Amino acid sequence: MPHPPIHLVAALDGAGWHPAAWREPGARPAELLTAGYWTDLAQEAERGLLDAVTIEDALQLQSDDPFVADDRTDRVRGRLDAVLVASRVAPTTRHLGFLPTAVVTHTEPFHLSKAVATLDFVSTGRAGVRVQVAARADTAVHFGRRDLPPLDPAAVADGPLAHELFDEAAEYVEVLRRLWDSWEDDAEIRDAATGRFVDVDKLHYVDFAGRHFSVRGPSITPRPPQGQPLVAALGHAEVPWRLIGRSADLGFVTPTDAADAARLVAAVRTEQAAAGREAETVHVFGDVLVVLDDDATAAADRLARLDDVAGSPLRSDAHVFTGTPGQLADLLLEWQGAGLTGFRLRPAVLPDDLEQITRGLVPELQRRGAFRAAYEAGTLRGLLGLGCPANRYANA
Amino acid sequence: MPKQIHLAAHFPGVNNTTVWSDPASGSHIEFDSFHEFAQVAERGKLDFIFLAEGLRLREQNDRIYDLDVVGRPDTFTVLAALAAVTERIGLTGTINSTFNEPYEVARQFASLDHLSAGRAAWNVVTSWDAFTGENFRRGGFLAQDDRYDRARSFLQTATELFDSWRGDEVVADKESGTFLVDPHPGSFAHRDRFFDIAGQFDVPRSPQGRPVIFQAGDSDEGRDFAAASADAIFSRHSTLEAGQAFYADVKGRLPKFGRTRDELLILPAATFVLGDTEAEAAELAQQIRLAQVSPATAIKFLEQLWNRDLSDHDPDGPLPTVDPVVGENTIARGRASVRMHRDPVATAQEWRAKAEAEGLTTRELIVEVTGRQSFIGTPQTVADTIDRYVQADASDGFILVPHVTPGGMAPFVDRVVPLLQERGVFRADYEGTTLRDHLGLPLRTTDRAAAAAS
Repeated sequence: MPHPPIHLVAALDGAGWHPAAWREPGARPAELLTAGYWTDLAQEAERGLLDAVTIEDALQLQSDDPFVADDRTDRVRGRLDAVLVASRVAPTTRHLGFLPTAVVTHTEPFHLSKAVATLDFVSTGRAGVRVQVAARADTAVHFGRRDLPPLDPAAVADGPLAHELFDEAAEYVEVLRRLWDSWEDDAEIRDAATGRFVDVDKLHYVDFAGRHFSVRGPSITPRPPQGQPLVAALGHAEVPWRLIGRSADLGFVTPTDAADAARLVAAVRTEQAAAGREAETVHVFGDVLVVLDDDATAAADRLARLDDVAGSPLRSDAHVFTGTPGQLADLLLEWQGAGLTGFRLRPAVLPDDLEQITRGLVPELQRRGAFRAAYEAGTLRGLLGLGCPANRYANA
Repeated sequence: MPKQIHLAAHFPGVNNTTVWSDPASGSHIEFDSFHEFAQVAERGKLDFIFLAEGLRLREQNDRIYDLDVVGRPDTFTVLAALAAVTERIGLTGTINSTFNEPYEVARQFASLDHLSAGRAAWNVVTSWDAFTGENFRRGGFLAQDDRYDRARSFLQTATELFDSWRGDEVVADKESGTFLVDPHPGSFAHRDRFFDIAGQFDVPRSPQGRPVIFQAGDSDEGRDFAAASADAIFSRHSTLEAGQAFYADVKGRLPKFGRTRDELLILPAATFVLGDTEAEAAELAQQIRLAQVSPATAIKFLEQLWNRDLSDHDPDGPLPTVDPVVGENTIARGRASVRMHRDPVATAQEWRAKAEAEGLTTRELIVEVTGRQSFIGTPQTVADTIDRYVQADASDGFILVPHVTPGGMAPFVDRVVPLLQERGVFRADYEGTTLRDHLGLPLRTTDRAAAAAS
């Protein structure tokens, strides 16, 4: 192969990442809460041999303003729990990985651990979770268990609240990982002679005690097929990059160009080294929002039309790419050269831009020897070259 | 017109009803087992499948209890996956109101109801123990006396969240660009001594509006809670007389909450053993009982009542002569049944008297007192009995608990269900699409929707 293979993840969210996506002819805005809609998207992603899909979530309604709720009536509002969407769709696919988003700020690590483990059982080894903090005060009020101050946009990335929430997220991931290991793989013995179903010496109290919470364990759910399902996180600044470096198998970053990609990869690698994880594989994928068409002018026209319908130009934390699948392949290969090992592509419109990825970009990358011709592994860890993790409690 | 019977299948649980040593016993955790179990139940046109839950592995003598099946999947996640491999059958999950928050549970049930096109049900259970609380960041903070108060508040709050969307807010009109007709959908505010929350719920109204609500409490307070707010009760009273007494009591409580008799179904748990003859069924039932109560298991049951270490006791000898330790049960944790022994010394006396009168060893006594199967017989006599119980108002149907995973429901589905269908007391096919349809329960309209319609 002239290139090391690129990993591709499709980011699924509502009708797509452009606020006017739901008004496109192919959009299915009345079906966003149905199983059929998500099944079709996942099966399309699998036809394109993608590594995985992410599914966005939050414990609040969508808003055009990332910091407060809005009262717009011309945007998609309302959604389903992402872990349950993934679980509903997983049995209808065979190879695709699932990385549903889960908020860690207001939820119980014990519950999420067994949910992701169960997703791993349901999908026979294709589960992970993208962890996300929830800093907004109006989300905290949905739970009433902690007071968060009104969000200061200037301090979102690096203020004391960011430090607190991401430190807590790191503790949370540590608990997830310990609970996944809390059963050794051969703990279930079904020993008829002694009448014992499990070997209790192979079940482990995790006894986590951190600054934010303590959890006793073991999990009620045995160790999942992958041992450790994937943990992913998105980061735009040093504090979240630290979480990726300390805790994640897969980080999503938002480069603006190849040089920026190199800078972001270096930043994550610095945190990875600081956490003493140099020997581990931590993927860093670049997020790109894509508007694709068969020729570049048509793609630009599509974006202009969408912006016109939306009433304002598209804004995104990620680079917005407009062009052909071939041009996108050029960009991805260039950014790959800067150290990214894959990409999370955010389709502007579903299913249109997802189909451009699976039917346009993927064949283009395959022609260039930069993408798989068939699924080469049965698990998500396998697709990402992560191998079978040792159990931290085995032979302890 | 005879009453129509409701039947459900309980996925075998982590207790000694489940015989994991049976050669036909499969995995309790692989999805294939759940898939097979649900498909067999759906082949029988049963109303729903039922999953129990326990949030901490049980312990006895300060060790994880290893004689029964240990481990289970996450309830919501496995039910969502089962929605993918079934078409009509209801999906009932047991979810604890102590170690969860209403916003999260409401969005999970609303999501499950959307993803299953209206087949979700919630068995609301409560607990308070600090033992389970050690697995949660919120801890075991609840006083025992508060558990029904919190459960009531939790369910009330979740109901307000389910009802926070009327169901007509999303129009998704591409032409006009109107996605929502309401700029503040899902608005809610709830404040009491357990929950002080407000904002907007983020899952639009699901096909059933609210999931079907099950309740399992048996105390006076638990019965009132169910009569006030549940759609169905998961009870333990599967004998004719006890069933009739419970049925009359709970149905009699409905009027004071402004509800009619058919708005609450009584569905006891029940076990069954089938044979080609009565004698064969009885013989098989006894074999299963012995498998469920091994010598080691008998000692563990004994310890749960005696509340002390009896590991040296001979299971094939008489009952212990020492008396139980009275007070908080410290020997077995994470197990609801130990709390049912209200007067352990008196119970021990009864057991001794029974063992002496009938010449029973310790193990034989435990086999007797921990209950024989609810229905034992040929398919014909079991069908007769079930029909008779339902027509006599001992219940509205049964939640059947097979003793083998995952194939344990197949004999019932293939041999008993057709007989009930021939009698015209059980559906030949699903008539509706939602679980409320199967159970004959009305759609619960929201106050807001009612106000909007008036």
